[in-house]
Amino acid sequence: MSEALYSIAVEVNGTQRVDRVSARTSLVDWLREYLHLTGTHVGCEHGICGACSVMLDGEPVRSCLMYAVQADGHRIVTVEGLARPDGQLSILQDSFCEAHGLQCGYCTPGMLIAAQALLDTNPRPTDEQIRDAIAGNLCRCTGYQQIVDAIALAAERMAKGAT
Amino acid sequence: MSTSHVANPQRFRYIGAKRRTKEDPRFVSGRGRYAADIALPGLKHVALVASPHASARILSISTDAARAMPGVHYVLTGEALCAATDSLATGVDTPKLTRWPLARDHVRYAGEWVAAVVADSRALAEDAAELVEVEYEPLPHVTDPEQAIANGGPLVHPAHGSNVILHRNFVWGPVEDAFARAEHQLAFRAVWSRSATVPIETFAVVAQWNPATEILDVWASIQMPKYPDQTAKALRLPGNAVRVHYDVDVGGSYGVKRGLKHTVLVGYLAKRLDMPVRLIEDRLENMRGGDMHGPDRIFDMNVAFDRDGTIRALKIRAVDNVGAYAGRAPFQLGKPVSAICGPYRIGAIAYEPVSVLTNKTPQEAVRGFGQAPTNFALERTMDRVAQFLNIDRIALRQKNLIRKEEFPYTIPSGSTYDSGDYHTVLDQALAAIDYPALLRRRDAARQAGLLAGIGISTCLEPSGGNSAFEPLLNPKNETTTWMDSCLVRVDLSGAITGIMGTSSSGQGHETLVSTVVGEILERDPAQIRVIHADSLNALPSNSPVGSRMAIMLGGAAAGAARRIKDTLIAIAAHNLECAKEDLDYRDGNVSLKGVPEKILSWDQLVEIAHRKFHQMPPDIEPGLQAQFVWEVPTGGGLPTPDGRVQIYPCYAFETHIVYVEIDPETATPSIKQYVCGHDCGVMINPDIVHGMTYGGIAHGIGAALYEHFTYDDNGQLTSGTFMDYLIPSALEVPPIRIVDHCTPSPLTTFGQKGSGEAGYLGAPAAVANAVNDALAPLGVEVNTLPISHLAIWETLTAAGR
Repeated sequence: MSEALYSIAVEVNGTQRVDRVSARTSLVDWLREYLHLTGTHVGCEHGICGACSVMLDGEPVRSCLMYAVQADGHRIVTVEGLARPDGQLSILQDSFCEAHGLQCGYCTPGMLIAAQALLDTNPRPTDEQIRDAIAGNLCRCTGYQQIVDAIALAAERMAKGAT
Repeated sequence: MSTSHVANPQRFRYIGAKRRTKEDPRFVSGRGRYAADIALPGLKHVALVASPHASARILSISTDAARAMPGVHYVLTGEALCAATDSLATGVDTPKLTRWPLARDHVRYAGEWVAAVVADSRALAEDAAELVEVEYEPLPHVTDPEQAIANGGPLVHPAHGSNVILHRNFVWGPVEDAFARAEHQLAFRAVWSRSATVPIETFAVVAQWNPATEILDVWASIQMPKYPDQTAKALRLPGNAVRVHYDVDVGGSYGVKRGLKHTVLVGYLAKRLDMPVRLIEDRLENMRGGDMHGPDRIFDMNVAFDRDGTIRALKIRAVDNVGAYAGRAPFQLGKPVSAICGPYRIGAIAYEPVSVLTNKTPQEAVRGFGQAPTNFALERTMDRVAQFLNIDRIALRQKNLIRKEEFPYTIPSGSTYDSGDYHTVLDQALAAIDYPALLRRRDAARQAGLLAGIGISTCLEPSGGNSAFEPLLNPKNETTTWMDSCLVRVDLSGAITGIMGTSSSGQGHETLVSTVVGEILERDPAQIRVIHADSLNALPSNSPVGSRMAIMLGGAAAGAARRIKDTLIAIAAHNLECAKEDLDYRDGNVSLKGVPEKILSWDQLVEIAHRKFHQMPPDIEPGLQAQFVWEVPTGGGLPTPDGRVQIYPCYAFETHIVYVEIDPETATPSIKQYVCGHDCGVMINPDIVHGMTYGGIAHGIGAALYEHFTYDDNGQLTSGTFMDYLIPSALEVPPIRIVDHCTPSPLTTFGQKGSGEAGYLGAPAAVANAVNDALAPLGVEVNTLPISHLAIWETLTAAGR
């Protein structure tokens, strides 16, 4: 039983990727298993935990709920694409380190995507807005406190023009 | 946010200072390396066939259609696996209670694995798994532990002859006498329902067999003591044929990542097929068949007390539903023995732990190892007594808390608490939340027609991860050591590497070891690398369980670093021709006291150790490395015949003050204010301790209000997804304020205590007490967790609201 394969062309972290995939290959499996971008994690595979979040054309989406073929022609950014062009950590990533916004690191890529999406549209969020923005991303280590602190710190540093 | 009332009382250079972790940069950049990220050439994938019945006889299994599918390499059933492997290890002495990764003849819970398919991809393996035909004859089942104990109920393991696998009656002190003399008695039932810590990463394991070297390499998301040994034993391999790679990042565990059955299955398949094989649980497999549920416990509490609030004695019966098989789960009734009276002066205690088999998913270790449920029952008891006597809950606790000057304090069950200042921590938490203002807020909310309540708990965190509950509950098990170790190397370049022998699941052990080694050697922790050895390279470790690593790994790292320092001083003394006592050690350089120009630098000393044997003192090995294996402080003893035992060395203390309002329309509780007063001695990295405490509180809020593995009448798990097993989000977990206090432990290297279970040990009790304070004006209460909004609704409805 060989499955039919479909051609896709997706921009992933600024690089055009062309592949042939089966219709049932999920976006997260394609990113992880075929592109070896293992920073994006699988947590629940039913769209609740948010660990698999990636940016699709600038919007956070659950890559476990999308098929790779649906990403054809679109632009994806994963956690591996959040760093600055010179490879240094972004302000957001660095703020997570500074404020201890993570422990085991498993939810962190999805949390960073959710936080980046928030800061892209609301550069000075209140703590309540931060909690609302990450409410679709589950974390079992931190109780969210230091994640909220990290995102608030990033917003503050960005406002000050930190590089 | 957090505030520190007492800075670390000793002067440290790195310990207690704000410090980024060594681990975070790889995680924020997507460069972690989890078990599911291990890519081996030719990797094959496992899908599982699971039982749809809670109890059934397997009549036949047909695998022909699955085997015939292209891309499928193998289909394994229980019969073949059981013949080739030994039963998985169990904790208590139940030799007829056998357990294999795949069922043979009889399935005992819905979700139990029956067959495993190996294919070129996970998708193909799942396709093939659907073609495996299993014929079952359903049998009667039981999920209620009291029904399981009653005569005539179905036996989960007929060969065992009973559904009870552990039943003890401990009596410590003059319990009956105290009950006879006390002015009052009170009895009630408190129920802690099944939940777990449910990490976001499910369990994953990859195994590869090399027939030439005869080594099974294992990469797994594991947090488990004796994991390589138990894997090897079940696979009938010598211990040195299993190499567990501990440099795998584990995506959260909090106790539950104990995939022994997964590993034995995948290890067998990898060896049998001579192919690398991987199993990653999907979420339903994790929830239903991952064997990671936590305690499921009915407490019958009986307390004797006087009208002035003095608690004289306790009788505790704890019936725990361990599910269909038991590994270490029954021992979760043992850890609470080490803090059976909580932080209170209670002179006589009877404890009757009963561990019961049912047709539910097997229970495994969960954060706190049974202490959080016990603390919940104790704290409901305190509130019930206060209510009965119409005494303020805080005053009742203050009256019964062990006083600072009474430490070290030995409790009736034989454990000695090392140190503490409970009254001060409670006072600081009350001040931090402005308790009089909080009372006014609650009363104003009540005036406005809301249900509003304040909850308080004062709880202990036994720490230091000893396992003296093993010989206590299984006399054939004479384990009296739970050592941990560290190896420290200084290479020719002068760079320092610390080597630990277990994996980490978010606790920041690399940061811990580098900070401690840097502290002793006075070298910058940022430049110290810490690695996780594989199990064949590693010194003994008992893994990061039982809030033990700050104490045990921290102590071992300090011990190894001290040996390095001693060696450097000995080399300097030999070369400067003086006594060691005449030397100053500063920043790794060693000089003659009062003669600073007579100095040997770190680089010079390192070079002597590595290259210049002619300059080495006699009897010192060349190179520069040291290991330290540490026995748990206070460990080493067996229980007395009457069941008294020192289990844990250190006891941290936490108090929680919670304010809850309940929406009168929907009965939904929400937490409006939260303060935790915490004393875990010297904090090596305060941000890490705070982080784990916040996380523990979030787990505790989940256990108290939301999380529940529910079963229907057919024995089916009905909360197998995150749509019905409700994990608190950032909207349910409120902002939390932690107030630190520091009472050093006299038993540890720097005065530290363990803290990995902090928050979780006191939060459920405080949240439950807050909801009950809100319900108190109606004259109703709820003593069964989780107190879901539905449970509150039903209680209100029954109360005529």
